[in-house]
Formats: sequence, C-alpha cells, structure tokens
Amino acid sequence: MEGGSSARIREGDCAVLKRDEVFKAVSVLRRRKIIFEKQWFYLDNAIGHIYGTTFEVTSGGNLQPKQEVEETTTETKEAGTDNRNIVDDGKSQKLTHDDIKALKDKGIKGQEIVQQLIENSTTFRDKTEFAQDKYIKKKKKKYEAVITIVKPSTRILSTMYYAREPGKIIHLRYDTLAQMLTLGNIHAGNKMIVMETCAGLVLGAVMERMGGYGSIIQMYPGGGPVRAATSCFGFPKPFFDNLHEFPLSKVQSLLSGTFTTETLPANPEENALLEEESNGLSEEKQTSLQETEEEPATEAPMEISTTEEQDTMDVNAEDVEFKGNKEKENVREKQIKQWERRKKLKEAAALLREKNADGLIVASKFHPTPLLLSLLEFVAPSRPFVVYCQYKEPLLECYTKLRERGGVINLKLSETWLRNYQVLPDRSHPKLTMSGGGGYLLSGITVVLEKGKSDSSNSEALKMEEPSSKRCKLQDLPC
Amino acid sequence: MSFVEYGDTIKDGDTAIVFLGHESMFPVKVQHGTVTQTKYGVIRHSTDLIGKKYGSKVTCSKGGWVFILHPTPELWTMNLPHRTQILYSTDISIITMMLELKPGSIVCESGTGSGSLSHALIRTVAPTGHLYTVEFHQQRAEKAREEFREHGVEHLVTVTNQDVCKNGFGVSNIADAVFLDIPSPWEAIGHAKSALKAEGGRICSFSPCIEQVQRTCLAMEEYGFTEINTLEILLRVYNVRTISLQIPDLGKAAEDNSSTAFDSSSPSDQGSPCANLQQGTVQFKSGVPLREVVGHTGYLTFATKSLV
Repeated sequence: MEGGSSARIREGDCAVLKRDEVFKAVSVLRRRKIIFEKQWFYLDNAIGHIYGTTFEVTSGGNLQPKQEVEETTTETKEAGTDNRNIVDDGKSQKLTHDDIKALKDKGIKGQEIVQQLIENSTTFRDKTEFAQDKYIKKKKKKYEAVITIVKPSTRILSTMYYAREPGKIIHLRYDTLAQMLTLGNIHAGNKMIVMETCAGLVLGAVMERMGGYGSIIQMYPGGGPVRAATSCFGFPKPFFDNLHEFPLSKVQSLLSGTFTTETLPANPEENALLEEESNGLSEEKQTSLQETEEEPATEAPMEISTTEEQDTMDVNAEDVEFKGNKEKENVREKQIKQWERRKKLKEAAALLREKNADGLIVASKFHPTPLLLSLLEFVAPSRPFVVYCQYKEPLLECYTKLRERGGVINLKLSETWLRNYQVLPDRSHPKLTMSGGGGYLLSGITVVLEKGKSDSSNSEALKMEEPSSKRCKLQDLPC
Repeated sequence: MSFVEYGDTIKDGDTAIVFLGHESMFPVKVQHGTVTQTKYGVIRHSTDLIGKKYGSKVTCSKGGWVFILHPTPELWTMNLPHRTQILYSTDISIITMMLELKPGSIVCESGTGSGSLSHALIRTVAPTGHLYTVEFHQQRAEKAREEFREHGVEHLVTVTNQDVCKNGFGVSNIADAVFLDIPSPWEAIGHAKSALKAEGGRICSFSPCIEQVQRTCLAMEEYGFTEINTLEILLRVYNVRTISLQIPDLGKAAEDNSSTAFDSSSPSDQGSPCANLQQGTVQFKSGVPLREVVGHTGYLTFATKSLV
C-alpha cells in the first residue's frame, strides 16, 4: 500500500523541481512549457530518468542529464593571504556586460562563462583561497543553471510551501509540522481527525505517514476541503479510499444528535474537484478560491437551488420532458451525485459517531478553542492531540479552557527553533539568517472524561499539574 | 497493545504508562497478580488494570488516583530506562521527516543505545518496513532485543551486535535511510552508502560537537553525498500563567478617578471576574519560558545519496 511506485520519472507524475534551495512542484507532461527560476524548458527528456537526476537546460529548452565533471580547478593555484591591497575600483572584471551577454547568446556553457570570468578578473589571484571559492560558487550559481528533479515528500513540499507561500499554510514551518506528526503519534492503522486550512499540506503529511492504512476524516470549513498541496504528493489512488470529509458546520448537530443529511453544505464535490484541477500544481489561484470559500453566500444559494430544482420538477414535469432528454440526464446526474455525496457524508458521520478516533490534528486559521472543545468529543481516551496556531495567545486561552473542561492531561505549549549551519573547513558557523517564527503547538493526551465531576478536584496529581489554576481558584473564592 | 497499534483495553503483558501528574509518570509491565507501588498507594494489576480502558482513572489504595495511558514511542522516550544518553522527541521528529520515513521504509540505525529513537522509527515504518539497528555493546544489544519483544515489535526490527565502523550494517543496497549516532560517524559513511539502495536514499548523523560535524561533512562529500545540510532544532516550552502586575501610584489628581482605562478593559478581556478585585493591578495570561531550557542536544547533518 505504500505505493512503491518506480524510482523513474513517468509521464503524469507529480514531481518537484529543485535548483539550489528553491523548489517548485510540477506535473510531468509532454510538450508543456515550464518556467522555473527565470528559465523555461520542457520536461519531455526527463521522462524515464531516475528521480534525483540533475539536468542542464540546453538551447530550445531541452533538459540534458548533467555529466559529473571532474573539477579541473582543483590544481593548486596562487592565492593571496589577505585583502590589504585589494581595492574596489569597479574595474577588476575586464569583461563588460555586453561581452557576457554575447557569450550567453552564443549558447556557451555556463561552466565556460564562469571560467572566462575568472580569467578576466584581475583581482582573482590576489583573493584568499576562501574568497576564490566563494567567488566561483557565486558565479556558478548564476551561470550554471542545473535543475534536479526529485520525488515529492513531506520534507520537500513543506520546505517549499514555507519558503514560497507561507501565507497559504499559515506560516507553519516544516520543523513545526514534523513535531505535529510525532506528537500526534501518526502511524499506519490510525483513525485520524484532521482539521486544517493549510492547502491540504498537513493532510498530505498525515497521509504519507499512514501509508494508506487506517482512515482519515478531514473536517472542512465552507463548501469543501482544499487539497491543492495534497495533490502535489502524487499519492496512489488507494490512499484516497479511506479518506473521508465532514463539514465543520455540521459538527454541532452531529454532537447533539440532530444531524441529518437532508441539507448538504454547498456542493463540495464539484467545488473540490474544480479546485484540484485548476490549481492542483500551479498554486497561484488558491488565494482567490479560499476567499470564495469563506463567503457564506455561496453556501446558501446552493442549498436553496437544489430544493427548488426538485420543486420545479414536480410542478412542471411536462415542461421538463418537453425540454428534451439532455436536461433530464443532467438532472439525473445531479441526483446521482447528490446521492453519492449523501452516502459519503453518512459514512463520515458514522465514523465520527463512534467517538473512538486515535488522534486529532488541528492547524487552521480559526480560533482553536471552539474547534478543540467540540472535536475532542470524537477522540478516544489515551490518544494524543496537537493544535497548531500561528500565535501564542489563542493557545493560552485554549489551554485554560481545556483545563476547565477536563478529560485531557499532559498539556504542553511549545515552539521549536531551527538553526541552519554552514559547515566548511575552517569556515563553520550558524547561517546568517534564521526564521523568526514557525508557530506554536499545544499538545496533550485525552483521558476518560468523568461527566459531572469537575476535573480540578483537590487531588495531588492536579496540584502538581498546574499551579496557576490553583492560584486562580483561590482568587475565585472571594468573588 | 503494541507500540505500533492502539488497543482499547489493558491486557496481561502490556506495557502501560502510569501518569501521576505533571510530567511525573513511569512505565509498568502489566501482570496478573502483581502490584505496583505509587506515592498514592498500591495498584493491583489483576483488579485495577486488566480489562480497564486505556485512559481510565485508577484509584490507588490510599485514595489518590492516577491515569493509565497507552504506550507510545513519545511516552516511552520520557520514561525508558537509560542505558545511554538518548534522543528526545524534538530531534526525533525532524529526523523522521528529513529522512522521509513512512510505512514501508527500510532504515538502518547505529547505535541502538537505549532504543529511544528505535521505537519511533519502528512506529513510523510499520507494518511493512523494517529497522536494522546495530549496537556494538553486547549487553545493550540484548536488552534492546528484549524490549522490542516485550513491546510487540520484534518482527519489525533486527538487532545486530557488531561495530558499525568496522563491519557496517550487515545489509547492502536495501535501505531508504540511514541514521548514525556514534562518536565517529565519518568512519561509517562508506558503510552507510553501501547499505542504502542503489537508486539513492537519505542519511542523517547526530553529533554534539562541531568538530565531529566537520569531519562527517567531509566524509559525506568524499563519498558523493549531495544536499549536505546541518541544522539544530531546539524546543521551547511555555508555562501558562496568569500574571498580575501592579499599577504604580503616580499620585493622580482626585477627580481623575483611578485608572478608568484599565478597570473597564481588563475584566472583559480576561473573562475573569477577579481582574479588578484588587484595585491597582492588571491581570493577563502569559506563556512563560522555563527558567532553564535545553540549549543544545546535537547537530543534525542530513544528506542525500543520489543515483549510482
């Protein structure tokens, strides 16, 4: 079930392009022009090669596997010891902009351009060995355009999203996502509840860790779940067999027992399908889609129109017949679709009603407290839950409310810091910049909730758990 | 129960976690007729544990109570008997993601140590993956085998007692990922490369000192690894506290009436009826960092073996 698809690049695959630290998710299609890092090319020639192959872009936008070149520049050359005599007069490079452009236009390989730049630099020999190294690296990066095609994974996609479009994943940094998967004990066979507004990235990460075993119920706001990032993973079809979705707007009715499938939320099926097709891989349109989702207006008219349709059918039955078969078919198709949606919704509701989920993962733009207080009802005792929030303050409140509710232990509010290093002989140090913030997590474990009894009874166990709540209680007394 | 599959009720032979309170817990092997002492009194396994639901509150003989939790690799990490220095969940989580582990992955690890990371790796690669773990200390290797058996995961792991630097992992061309936590990882990079699949895979090395990292990076480069990347991850935990700060008395004019702004805003903001009880203070909730936190565990160096 792991979908151990071959290591080779095939047509129709979801793949990720990589140039240095920059990633872009694409789908591998013939005769499709790709623009990446100011270069355009076709992926046709990449088909059949092993994932991880590095390509050079040749004239006409073709890709050619890069040959491993023996570095010729390793012969010990002269180098300076310091920069006391190096003056910035702006004339050290003998080649002009026009010269370089001419070289490029001639289709000369980037490698040779770099060599020419070195030869025409009057100060290169006086630079220190380290400075020469740095100079070459910088020029290589600019002129030697190589692209590596890699297989999508949570590692790559979460890094890509955080760098390219952090807003779409509410600034969830990849190490924070890694924490969530571990703290949530995500593994094959789980029955997970996932509530996310991260373009489906968190869902994809959970799906990857479950490898097609177990089931996932995705709770979604608005008209349907967004799975643009999920589709970048290129999961095999069976992974979707046990992926269910349930509208957030029906959670209260499900909990109170008044839930019916009579009124469906705005047709998520059609929305979701359209979304995936239009922006599955080119993530550009997603913002606008999310906006439309938020509009309650789209929800209401859809519901009305479906009931209206049935009414008109009854009243003007003759008219419908008159209008020909085509419309009739459309109506029937719609009915079938609706019936299928109802069936799926019923299945998801049945799974939730068992109230025995193995965990809850929340990473959304909404306030976490109401989500937690409701969704935890569906989770079995002795199971982990993890909530992500871009900000600390809502999690402080959530922490307090969960304590009042009871049924949870080992609550922990945390954040991770990530520091990257440059490691080179005699030049090792932390990288100059690091991410300012990757969000906060509140995690804990569910326990059997004793109804009626307040969990903050005067047991020693709890006294140790949260001294501050005790302090609050004392202050409560005189009020 | 098993460490790779949830169960609902506590059974004879299970490893369960007894949760006493804030960060205070310990593992217990459930056995008919056995008793466990806690500071709240005795727990009798036959009557108090077996057949009960995981997550239940269990009342001890002195009237105090504890919760019994289903084991997870994360709870095990917090409670396992240390035979060595161990990796904690923060590092484990980034290792798991950066090595791209998932069900079905084949992983090589050395050394096994106390098995903290091993349990997490096994959990992630189950039910179809496998962990090959190498430990040169015979007693530790045996203890690890015993634990894997007790935890119902022995079919997912092979423990080999040999020196990884000299003899490698005992497998070749089958691993998707290799993890090294040994004093001289640079001596094992060649073995790591041959353990990895021909078409490639990921490697990670954990070292506390930068000098170790430098030698490891050089070795990785020499063996043709690419995407060499060193990072460090640190956990910051916050205590949730209600703080009250006193408002200084600046000797305001009498008609000014004590700080109206604070009095009107703070009670509704905090949702606490006590906020303006004591005149002249403002209360708020804060996430307070611990007085002392872990500042360094180790550097994690990741790399990719690509192609042949």
